[in-house]
Amino acid sequence: MAAAANADVPVNVAQNVGFGIIAAAMVVGAIRVVTTHNVVHAALWLVLVLAGAAAQFILLAAEFVALTQVLVYIGAIVVLFLFGVMLTRALIGGDAELTRPNRAGAVVTGVLMLGLLSFTLIDTFGNDRLPSDTRVTLRRDAVSQFEADTGIVTAGMNEEDLVAQVAALSDIDDRERTRQVSAARAIAPDGAGQVGDVSIDSNVAAVSDSIFSQYLLPFEIVSVLLTAALIGAIVIARKE
Amino acid sequence: MLLNQFLLLAAVLFAIGVYGVIARRNGVAVLMSIELILNAVNINLIAFSAMNNSVAGQVFALFVIAIAAAEVGVGLAIVLVIYRTHHSIDLDRVDSMKG
Repeated sequence: MAAAANADVPVNVAQNVGFGIIAAAMVVGAIRVVTTHNVVHAALWLVLVLAGAAAQFILLAAEFVALTQVLVYIGAIVVLFLFGVMLTRALIGGDAELTRPNRAGAVVTGVLMLGLLSFTLIDTFGNDRLPSDTRVTLRRDAVSQFEADTGIVTAGMNEEDLVAQVAALSDIDDRERTRQVSAARAIAPDGAGQVGDVSIDSNVAAVSDSIFSQYLLPFEIVSVLLTAALIGAIVIARKE
Repeated sequence: MLLNQFLLLAAVLFAIGVYGVIARRNGVAVLMSIELILNAVNINLIAFSAMNNSVAGQVFALFVIAIAAAEVGVGLAIVLVIYRTHHSIDLDRVDSMKG
């Protein structure tokens, strides 16, 4: 696993403390979402969980997803929830019927699921470390790193050329060769392009490049789905 | 940072969401619990995106967010209709199709 490759990365205390505080707030918020007796309060606790998730995304250097999370979830979905609460006239002062009276089955299911998931995760990933620089490596940086490591000039090459060049290197061991082959595949442009074709210089650019090339068809399908869902919602909720 | 600390946080959120879906009987509260589950999935996707140095996880997280928005829109419309026909959003009372 990748644990060995990252074992020498020093621990970043500030990141871990930040993670701990945000995670604690998220867990408390999530428990309040499912236990509070007031559905408006539940929506407001949900804001805390969603904001915490956005903060975790920033910690993992996925700033575009974090911003989308704030805009779409906190900005739109929570407001939609509050409208739903308002239109169904749930009592603002507290509603005792929010939860089933016998919830032993739910507790058992939740605890069992958590136990099973935790066991599997710890068993599978153990102490695997995230790469020292957790942001998605910019392709430009990755290219210069690769060139410095291997001495291969990458300009004008495609994926197959790069992999062949790495395979031909004689002064590295197998482990290093495997690492450099995956690095070569990572920096190689998608399709038949050549290294240096696209200047990707930020995480947002990398995401948009991916959406509008590799994932263009799913992206279009999602937009059609959103339109269909909104029209469907209007048709369902419309008064006769 | 460990990969597992993010995965375990997501597992906790997921389990809490599952508890909420089963234990809640208010339609809007059940939809909120589903949002918790979807968020747990998003945290997993972003964590693996950072682990594997790939943007694919982030792209999938964006798709999940878009689909969650569609799901909440349709879900709340259905809850609204249930309220109009049953004068309550207690899901235990929506049993007209029970045999």
